[in-house]
Formats: sequence, C-alpha cells, structure tokens
Amino acid sequence: MVLSKASSQSDDSIHSTFASRYVRDSLPRFKVPENSIPKEAAYQIINDELMLDGNPRLNLASFVTTWMEPECDKLIMASINKNYVDMDEYPVTTELQNRCVNMIAHLFNAPLGDGEAAVGVGTVGSSEAIMLAGLAFKRKWQNKMKALGKPCDKPNIVTGANVQVCWEKFARYFEVELKEVKLRDGYYVMDPEKAVEMVDENTICVAAILGSTLNGEFEDVKTLNDLLVKKNQETGWDTPIHVDAASGGFIAPFLYPELEWDFRLPLVKSINVSGHKYGLVYAGIGWVIWRNKEDLPEELIFHINYLGADQPTFTLNFSKGSSQVIAQYYQLIRLGYEGYKNIMENCQGNAMVLKAGLEKTGRFNIVSKDNGVPLVAFSLKDNSHHTEFEVSDMLRRFGWIVPAYTMPPDAQHVTVLRVVIREDFSRTLAERLVMDIQKVLHDLDTLPARVTEKMAKLEEHARNGVVVKKSAIEVQREITTAWMKFVADKKKTNGVC
Amino acid sequence: MAKSSADDDDELRRACEAKIEGTKDKILMSIRVAKSYGIYRKNWQIGSQLYGQARVLHSSIQEIVTIMVVTTTISDSDERLHCTFASRYARTSLPRFKIPEGSMPKEAAYQIVNDELMLDGNPRLNLASFVTTWMEPECDKLIMDSINKNYVDMDEYPVTTELQNRCVNMIAHLFHAPVGDDETAIGVGTVGSSEAIMLAGLAFKRKWQAKRKAQGKPYDKPNIVTGANVQVCWEKFARYFEVELKEVKLKEGYYIMDPAEAVDMVDENTICVAAILGSTLTGEFEDVKLLNELLTEKNNKTGWDTPIHVDAASGGFIAPFLFPELEWDFRLPLVKSINVSGHKYGLVYAGVGWVIWRNKDDLPEELVFHINYLGSDQPTFTLNFSKGSCQIIAQYYQFIRLGLEGYKSIMENCMENARLLREEMAKTGRFVIVSKDIGVPLVAFALKDSSRFTVFQISESLRRFGWIVPAYTMPPDAEHIAVLRVVIREDLSHSLAERLVSDIQKVLKELDELPPRVSTKAAHVTAVNDEESNKDAHVTAVTDETHKVNADRHHLKKSTVETQKEIFNYWRRISDKKTSGVC
Repeated sequence: MVLSKASSQSDDSIHSTFASRYVRDSLPRFKVPENSIPKEAAYQIINDELMLDGNPRLNLASFVTTWMEPECDKLIMASINKNYVDMDEYPVTTELQNRCVNMIAHLFNAPLGDGEAAVGVGTVGSSEAIMLAGLAFKRKWQNKMKALGKPCDKPNIVTGANVQVCWEKFARYFEVELKEVKLRDGYYVMDPEKAVEMVDENTICVAAILGSTLNGEFEDVKTLNDLLVKKNQETGWDTPIHVDAASGGFIAPFLYPELEWDFRLPLVKSINVSGHKYGLVYAGIGWVIWRNKEDLPEELIFHINYLGADQPTFTLNFSKGSSQVIAQYYQLIRLGYEGYKNIMENCQGNAMVLKAGLEKTGRFNIVSKDNGVPLVAFSLKDNSHHTEFEVSDMLRRFGWIVPAYTMPPDAQHVTVLRVVIREDFSRTLAERLVMDIQKVLHDLDTLPARVTEKMAKLEEHARNGVVVKKSAIEVQREITTAWMKFVADKKKTNGVC
Repeated sequence: MAKSSADDDDELRRACEAKIEGTKDKILMSIRVAKSYGIYRKNWQIGSQLYGQARVLHSSIQEIVTIMVVTTTISDSDERLHCTFASRYARTSLPRFKIPEGSMPKEAAYQIVNDELMLDGNPRLNLASFVTTWMEPECDKLIMDSINKNYVDMDEYPVTTELQNRCVNMIAHLFHAPVGDDETAIGVGTVGSSEAIMLAGLAFKRKWQAKRKAQGKPYDKPNIVTGANVQVCWEKFARYFEVELKEVKLKEGYYIMDPAEAVDMVDENTICVAAILGSTLTGEFEDVKLLNELLTEKNNKTGWDTPIHVDAASGGFIAPFLFPELEWDFRLPLVKSINVSGHKYGLVYAGVGWVIWRNKDDLPEELVFHINYLGSDQPTFTLNFSKGSCQIIAQYYQFIRLGLEGYKSIMENCMENARLLREEMAKTGRFVIVSKDIGVPLVAFALKDSSRFTVFQISESLRRFGWIVPAYTMPPDAEHIAVLRVVIREDLSHSLAERLVSDIQKVLKELDELPPRVSTKAAHVTAVNDEESNKDAHVTAVTDETHKVNADRHHLKKSTVETQKEIFNYWRRISDKKTSGVC
C-alpha cells in the first residue's frame, strides 16, 4: 500500500499523457508555474494548442516560404544552435554569408570585378534591410548637407502609397518624413513622374518597389531613373534610388532578365530582397546590397575581428541563429540559375492556371498583372450581395487562408482577394482552389445577402422611411465601410507581407 | 553538363576499346558496371520508350552506335549513379561569387554544405558565448514543426501570438512589474537583446523629446549614460539613433559602472541611465538599487525625471532564481524598462529577446503600430517584421516545462559548476579570479604572471583540445588587463567542467616548457626602443624572489608592468578584438 502510493505519486511517467494531471489543469497564463512538468507533457500540450493555428502550407496570404527540402531541414536543425555573430568561432558560416552576398550582388548586376567582394549584409528580413539602407541614405545626405553648410534636420523620403508598412516604420523611428505618391483607381503602383515631382533637396532617396505587395506589379524603375537623372542634372542634387525588391528580387532576374531595374541603372544605389520570399528559405532572412563601398557611410559600420581578418558588420540585431544563412546558401548552390528559373516559371504557370480558372467563373475582375510577382489579386465584379470578405471567410472552412483587404487611400473602395503562388503550391492545389472558390460562390448565391439587407434596413431607419434608390457605387461603398468596421477596424491595409 | 558528357565520352571510348580488343562478355561487363544501373533508373522515369532501347542495348550489343546514343542520353542526366564524393559536384570547386548555372542533386548539395560546416567550431564547446546551444529533443521537434510559421501573420497563427503574449506576462511578473494578476503586461518579443535595447532606447528618446517639446526647450542633443562595460549594441543604438553615449570609465579592480559617477554625468539631456545586470566582462551585477536612490535624489533636486533602463540580457533569468532578495527590477520606481535575452539563460536557441515596460505610459503611443488580430487589436513595436516563430514557441515550452523550480535548479547547477571551476583555477596558483561570486555564472581569470606566456596563448592552445575559451582585454582605462572567460551554460555538465580543468592544467604545463616566445619577441622590440628595459625584465624575477627592498625596486617593478603592457600591445596587434564584441 505504502509502496504503491509512493510510487504512483512521484512517478508521472506511468500515466498516459492525456490522463496525467498536467492536461487536467489549465496552465497559468500570467505567471511562470511553480513546478516543472515532464517534457512529454509539455510537448503534447503546446503541440496540441498549436493545432489551432492555421496550416502554413495552406496560407496563401504570405510570400514567406513554407516548404524546403528535407535535406535542407536537416542542415537547419544541425546548425540551429550556432550563433551568427560568433564569427570567430564559426568562420565557415560567415564565409557562406559572404558568398551569398556576392552571388546576389552579381544576380543584380552590381558593378563588380570577377573576384571583387560585394558590399552587402544578411538581415532578419526586409524590414531590417530597409532600415539599414534608409539609415545609410540618411547619413549620406546629412553628411552632404553638413558639408554644404545647409540645415540637415528635415529629411524626407519619396515612395508610393503601396509600400509595405516597414517604410512607414523606418520614417517614424528614424525621424524622416514619408512623402507618399497617391494611387488612383486602376493604377496601383507609384507613378514615376509624380514621384520625381515630389523630390526636393531634402529627399534622401526615392524608393521604388519591384513587386508591389498589393498586386505584384513591378514599378517602372527605368523611367524613374531617367526622369530623376534629368531632374538631378537640372537642380544639381543627386537624389538616389532604392529598390525594394523584397518579393520581386528573385523573380525578375529569372523570368524577365531583360527588364532593367537593378544596378544596371546608375541611380540605383541599394537593393533589398527577402531571402524568405522567393529566395525560397524559411522566415528569418533578408539581404541588402549596396552598389559600392561609397554608398555605405563608413561611420555606420562596426568592425569586428574575424579570424585575424577584419569583418565589417552593419546590422540592427546581434545574436541570432545562422541556420537561415546556411539554408540560403544551400538553395543557391542546389538550385543554381537553372533551378530558380524552373521554379519561378512553374509559379508563373500556376498563377496563369488559377487566373484562367477564376476568369472562367465570370464573377471576378483580375486586378494583378501578368508581368510581375506570381500572385493573383481579384475582386468580385458584383459585390452588392456578397463581399470579398465573405468569400475569404468561407474559404477558411475548406482550410484555405486567402486574405481580403482594401486598397490604400484614394483607391480604398476597392477590395481584393489575393492568392500568392509559392513554390509549394502545385498545379493540383491550384485546380483544387478554383473548385473550392466555385463551391463558395455557389453557397453564397444561395445565402441571403445579409449585409446588404442590414444596411438597407439601417438606411431606412435613419432616413425615416424616405427610401431612395442608391446608385450601385454608393451601395458598394457602404458595404465596404460596414465590412471594414466589422472585420478590419484598425487593419493596416498594407500589413500584408 | 558539358563536363559530365565529356566524362561519359571517356567511359564510352573505354567501352569501345574493350569491344575492339576482346569478347562480347567483356563489353557487357564494362557497360553493366558503368551504366546499367543508371539505365534502369532512367527507364522508370522516362517510360517504356527508353525501356525498349535498353533491351536493344542488352541484346544486340554489337551495335555500338546504339549503345552510344542510349548511354550518353542516360548517364548525362542520371547523376545518382555516382557515389556522392565521386560525383562531379564534389570534384569541382563551387563558384563563390556567382550563382552556378545548373542545379545539382539535393544529396550532393547537402553533403557539400554539411562538410564545409564541419570546419566551424563545435557550438557545445564554445565557452565564449552565453547563447543556448542545447535544448531537449521534444523542444527541437516543436521548433522544426513550426519553423515555417511566420511570426507576423498574427491573423493566421493566433495561437502563436497568444503564446508570445503569455511569455511577456510571465516575464513581467518575474520582474515584479506592477500589473494586476490578470492584467496584461506591456512588452514585446524581439530577435535578441540588441533589438530590445534599440526599442527601449527609442521609447526613452521619444518620451524625452515629447517632454522637451512641451517645455519649449531644445531637443536635438539627447544623451545616454552607461558604464564603459556595456555591450556593443548600446554604442550601435547611440550611433544609429543619433544619441550621444556618455560612458562612465572603469578602473582597475572595478569593472562595472560606478553609480555615483554615473549620476554625476546625468544632465537635463539625459534620456536614461542604463545599468547592466550581469556585465559581459565579469558577470557582475551593477548596483541598481544604489543608482535608483542617488538618481531619485538628483531628480528631486533638479526637477528632472531621468529614468533607468536595466540591461539584464544575461542576468535577467539568473537574479530572480538565485538572488530573489536582490532589488534590481520594477520594485525600484525609476526602472522603466528591462530587456532580457531569451536565448541566454532563458534557455532557448539564438533568436529571441524580450523587452518589458513598467506600464503603458512608458511606451509612447506614436511608436506602436496597430494591426488587426482576429478582430481584436494587436499593437506591435518591432524593428523586424517577418521572422520565424519557433523561438517564441520554444520559450513558452521552457517556461511551462521547467517552471520556477526547474529554472532554479538549472541556475544553481550552473553556479555550482562555476564554483568548481573557480576553485580549481585558484588552486593552480597561476590565476587571479576577476569575476565575482555573486553574478552571472561565469569565471573570468587573468594570469598572475604573464611575462612567459599570455592568456591569448592559453586560449589558442585550448582550441587544440576543442574548447573555445576567449581571451580579451578590458575596456579603456583597464585595458592592460587581459582575461580568459568561461561561461557556464546549462549544458556544461560537472564532468565537462572537470575535463576543462584538467585540459587547462595540461596547457599550462605545456606552455611552461615552451620558450617564452612572445615575451622574448616583445623584449626585443623593447630593447630597440629602450636598452635597459630588457635587463630590467630579467632582473625583476630575481628581485621578486629575494624580496629585497632596494632603491631600484620601485623602478624595476614599474618596468615589469611596462613589459606586460608591451606584450599586450603586441598581442593586440595580432588579434585586435572589440573588447565589447562578446555576447
């Protein structure tokens, strides 16, 4: 009696996991629990709770890579305990990072000799990359203004209104004014002419986007460069260009090698690209490349010793894992130019299949362009009965995560659904998605148009019986407003990534 | 591709020569050995058309042309035939500046990358770093399962976000933040303490700017007061966010910030004073309580309200468990924010840090970006955007798995191993222990007599045994002291610690037997500059042994220190390290 009691009290391993006391109690959510629990129980509890997260592979909202080859998974797990900043201890990892920088710089046609090392750095993502690039522009501009004896306290940066939220962040945190070129209906990228008009002597750079987050379109960097060269000649300024190629940087060189958007254009001084988007690595890696050494002010660089040689570093983060850098190197040498090209062509092909399937339903307008990042953005032709948000909600029931969001200011009455085509989104899955969207449309048709009715009732009530037939656009706008209140009270339209 | 077919052509030529020379069987053999495996493989892939051709190959072997056509097509593309190290990928060197033109099989790519990484140091034996290198296999599994989840997709992965919020709450409670039992704390998960510090610094800067603007005073010259022993990221923050860094200088034997001196340096432009809980150099805790008292006094006198930030990157998960009585956290009223590294004694792999604010008012609203999180509002404040979420999940795993009890016993264990190492090092009689008993579990020690060899040599020699033990010089004003630092992590077990002790003893013995190469060299250098110095160095040893007080003694002793300094200068030239680059 005594014996058995004592043993069952202390020996937790005899219980099956789901009969143990750990799953019977709820876990403390605000304080670290007093006592330890067995690792199996801890694993099971967390694993089970995480089942309620969406499935990353079915998340069509994000560009971020969700699948890699098992060999690469193995490499990642083997190096997960390596700290990227310990360059002295892990010289090979540092060397791999430098090789990646060189390869990407060559891909972007940086003006380098054959054995010359490129100037660039691996980051946690494009946000860090953009902040570093922005900081370099700001410091360079400050130095120039100081040398000229002019005030240097009101820097600004010119971008399209379709930029990712991190540009806004950069502007706010580093005290730079963000001048946004407004969008208009049917034209959802930055207009180069308007952008150049907004440039003044306090502009530290113009940021162009290769692969707008909203519809995947490439901005016309070449025209921007030409216009800006002209303006610079007229005024004597030398406003540079940064290209935010977070999503398009690994698309354009393979699918549109003729398109001039990179260092072939003389005013492009830095480019950032997300390794974790079409660089085909899991979340946690970005790159920023500078044209040459002079574009990165020396004062921003911290030097650390790297096996007797000097290793300059320029990052906002310090300790971090090095597995993503290794994974990026793996992908670059495993796939080569040929492999990346095949994958991107495949993505583009799947995008076309999806687009054709959606067009065939006859219910959608395609907002995205054929040339650009492989994504399909589409909106309902007639959203007086049901909105894109309802379609998005219904698709969740099939497991698909397809986001719906409104366009930025000046085009905000347009709501779109966006499907990003990643490497792991196969043709079969694309066809399956079209079928599920058709099912959803069918289901929605049989449902009463609940929002419209509600809205109409509200209208009736407010106007006290004076029912006026509203124009289609008015109805549409009201529905959008109502939904925005429902679903996206404070949703950043460009919070997508 | 071109190279491969050239190789294959060679093979074929050999096969043809075999035909000319000998019998049918001989050819069959050579073809079989070289190609037939590949032919079948290929056939499965391409289908019946080739399969037919393969039969032709076997039956009518005389038709060498047929063989030629068939074999080239096949072996050209089938690389799996070769064993990994005989394949052309392992034979040629990889391009280092450009993406290769063609693809290679995943096995080969894996092997090449993996093999090159063998030359990296072993993270487990890296005693230089606080960063966790071992976790339980269960947690490894959780990490791998969630490696493809993006932390910022809060809409899609609500549970992950919830786990992050729970971690913030737990840490805030651990640091005695004045929040109610069910109240959510203000804090955020970051990539590491660097990001955490930049966010905290930015909040202080913005708050100070707002205050100055309201007062109508200039707000363009902010500064921050820290000890000279701070980690390099404070310097980074200062340079990137245009804040002047005012460093309190160290002195010999006192390697942390002196609170009295720090408070002296505070002026009306000071956005905050940063105290370090667990100095990177010696692991010592700075006296935050005293700093708080002195600063309160000064604030009362001047009417400013200079706050304190505590950089508890390494000490944040030590102090609450080992020294619960020590007041360094939100119990002190002026402490407005604290950062801690989850990847140090939070026991998670590199890539997670935390910053906690005392309350909402300490984080200016304008810095916070709001995103929608399942209908409810999720404020975010980060410098990074997309990143993996596995570290956050791992942190939560550690909290619930270990609980206070588990953390406490791990930290006690680390302390115990540190004590063992410290005692053994003291026992050799060759080292001065620089680290303190109370603090982060690390042992920093300097050589008593470094005229024969230096700590840098010890560090180098230990590498041969596999150990990575860094040696570095102290920051300015104590820079002639060089120390070795061993960080005791969770995974440095008692037997490994004993092993390290015996390896250090071996190294000492070896170095004793070696001619003192560097000091001779340094002495030579000295001799050129100052002829007496060399003599003095030799005489000193004698004088020290005889303990005779003579007129020259004072002079001689000084030159010993001089020699020592020269040796360090010499070494620093060889391995010029950022003293504060350690992490």
